[in-house]
Amino acid sequence: MVIVEFLGPIGKAPIQIEANTLADVSAKLKEDAELTGWLEKCAVAINDSMVSDLSVSLKEGDRVSILPPVCGG
Amino acid sequence: MELYQGPLDTKKIFSRWLDEQLTSNYGAYIPFVGIIRAEDGIEALSFDIYEPILQKWFDEWQARAIQRGAIVKMAHSIGDVPVHTSSYASAVFSPKRRVALELIEEFVEDFKANAPIWKYDVKNGKRIYAEDRSTPMDGAGLLA
Repeated sequence: MVIVEFLGPIGKAPIQIEANTLADVSAKLKEDAELTGWLEKCAVAINDSMVSDLSVSLKEGDRVSILPPVCGG
Repeated sequence: MELYQGPLDTKKIFSRWLDEQLTSNYGAYIPFVGIIRAEDGIEALSFDIYEPILQKWFDEWQARAIQRGAIVKMAHSIGDVPVHTSSYASAVFSPKRRVALELIEEFVEDFKANAPIWKYDVKNGKRIYAEDRSTPMDGAGLLA
């Protein structure tokens, strides 16, 4: 199982899912109507490192963070 | 990097940063401060921060600054920051002005684009995500 957490304004509690790669995470999250409209705008981190490749493999206990558009300052 | 609940005491922060580097022999110190403007009927802005990734982002910038003989500083607020107070302070110290002038622009602009901080307008005590002013981070849309 991996943990998926939704940061900032998404306002959704973390979930645990079975996933071997980020592509699996993508497929699972697309089934969730609450996330419609968010995924295309969100960046992704695994264990607090930003990632840019869907084929990244995941291991038990990994934490995937979903980061919506930012505006500091 | 420094995070504070509520508004920043910018005079104190800038003064301390200056004192800390008094004997470092930097010839230029360029501070930048972000002040909350009264507009669109807001009472305050409010901020969520994801600190682990913000710290990494900052550490990478510090490494880049050091390669150019400079250092960067940053402070930001968490939670509500009323209008006419400050939520963001940053600075660059460098031996000569040119590097500091260039670096403060690059550092502040990348901060706006990639620091994991989320902004909300506060109106009538309610937080409203400032979606129209927010920027997708580098790599956004990977899971879409």
